[in-house]
Amino acid sequence: MAAALPSSAAPVSGRTDASVAHGRTVLLGLLTCAALAVAGWFAPKWLTFLVTMAAANGLVSLGIVGLMRGGVVPFGQGMMLAIGGYTAALVFNHLGVTDALGLALGGGLMAALVAAPFAPLLSRYRGIFFAMLTLALSMVTYGLLMKLDMLGGSDGFNMGRPTLLGMTLPDARVGYILYLLAIVLATVMSLLARVYFDSTRGLVTLAVRENELRVEYLGGSVRQAMTINFILAAFCGGMGGALAVMALGHIEPNFSFWTTSGEFVFVAILAGWQSVAAVFVASTVLEIVRSFSSAYFPNTWQLALGLFLLFVIRFLPKGIGSLWMKGPTR
Amino acid sequence: MSFMLEAKGLEKRFGAVVAASAINIGISAGERVSLIGSNGAGKTTFVNMITGYLKPDEGRITLDGRDITPLDPRAITRLGVARSFQIPQLYGDLTVLDNMLVANACHDQRLSFWQPARRTSAIARADVLLERFRLSEHRERRVAELPGGVRKLLDIAMALTGHPKLLLLDEPTSGVSAEEKFPMMDTIMAALGQEKGTTVLFVEHDMDIVERHAGRVIAFYAGRIIADDRPAIALATDDVRRYVTGELLQE
Repeated sequence: MAAALPSSAAPVSGRTDASVAHGRTVLLGLLTCAALAVAGWFAPKWLTFLVTMAAANGLVSLGIVGLMRGGVVPFGQGMMLAIGGYTAALVFNHLGVTDALGLALGGGLMAALVAAPFAPLLSRYRGIFFAMLTLALSMVTYGLLMKLDMLGGSDGFNMGRPTLLGMTLPDARVGYILYLLAIVLATVMSLLARVYFDSTRGLVTLAVRENELRVEYLGGSVRQAMTINFILAAFCGGMGGALAVMALGHIEPNFSFWTTSGEFVFVAILAGWQSVAAVFVASTVLEIVRSFSSAYFPNTWQLALGLFLLFVIRFLPKGIGSLWMKGPTR
Repeated sequence: MSFMLEAKGLEKRFGAVVAASAINIGISAGERVSLIGSNGAGKTTFVNMITGYLKPDEGRITLDGRDITPLDPRAITRLGVARSFQIPQLYGDLTVLDNMLVANACHDQRLSFWQPARRTSAIARADVLLERFRLSEHRERRVAELPGGVRKLLDIAMALTGHPKLLLLDEPTSGVSAEEKFPMMDTIMAALGQEKGTTVLFVEHDMDIVERHAGRVIAFYAGRIIADDRPAIALATDDVRRYVTGELLQE
């Protein structure tokens, strides 16, 4: 996972050589990923599992952050998580494809394919209407998954242990190898997201958030920007879902339930829209709070989360990423 | 005679209010035209109809012979029509340079997923216009912190990024102090002078500025055109003196 990926352009004084800055970002991301890989070897299993889930869920929230940069917040990304998860599990069980990397990419692609027809429609809506439409889509998906016996109904179904690049994963190391896969994919997606956010399209997305009318009057397409962002967010969500189901070994309709979507939004708001690394930090914080709270005070852990979010909104309105992302633009 | 921009029989009503009535205008390439008139006379409505923000109830608008009446603002911008706004439409959270880079990016026909917005070539392009509009010193400042006059200049500089064939300026000096108006308009016109063949239509209330910078004046009143001629002639007509400058009313 890329724990610290600064923007290539922040803060800018004078002419920034963007390619040098991107090179620095890539190096930092790879070093962080390597450090996490080494740390994971010595970490207890519960911790590697926790970080694996944080990386998987963080990918979903990364997609939300991409949409937030354009001024919209989806409340239905659980749908993408579910599509990616069900795709990976079904392909594994019925098509015999067991490679974890292939399943992760397949989950992302399927979510992007499902999102593609809806994206042009959703790109016309903003604010609460966009949020409610995405929520509606995810709840329709939830309802279908609950009713379809062939998909296990409300109980869902299990999937077996995946392989990786032709290797069978041994009992003792399966958790660590999935952890490795999760942090590598999270790092790659983080770096790609950083490059995208700093690209011309990324800058136009920021402009859409502030003033759509002017974007159109400058010749840019607001709807195209929002359509692309929604499809990319779906890909991230689907990949996260596939990783989550491989780590859990089980999938169920709750992946698409609105409270699951709410947690991803929670992480995105906690992280803010400036830093991609902050998304995974926030996701890890959520997993840690969830893990320890449900163990020590199971009935009030949501209260702790709520208070934490209030604290962040009050004192870090641009999210925890604003702690290290300076400058007005990103 | 073929015009670059031609409006024929434009009509526009907002309920009982007539915003445009029997508007027939032909603008040749390279002209500097000032649109004058009191508030509510129909100047901005005319600009909005040309740029596709408003659709006329009747009539058609052509640009280089092509009917642009049904097109949306983005499509019209792509054909080489740009505008600035009475209230500058900027990105307040971004820096001046980033505003210019947004304009650059939007004008590019193909946006990139990986090409950095802050690449050297794009910054160089932005710097040329910032220099021309004397905005270089504000380059890294947040737009929300800028004074009104600087925001106006940036608004126009962004419109000019795509090197439009037709530029519409909606009250470029409004909200600027009297002593700043002339230097500011001089800066704008000097910057526009470096664009080859750009036709400029500007809405203006200050007749001294109109006389100084326009080669032609089109005066509006109650949605109609009451004068269309060289400044010295148009500003001397009774209708303009009565309904626009108010000189006859004072007498």
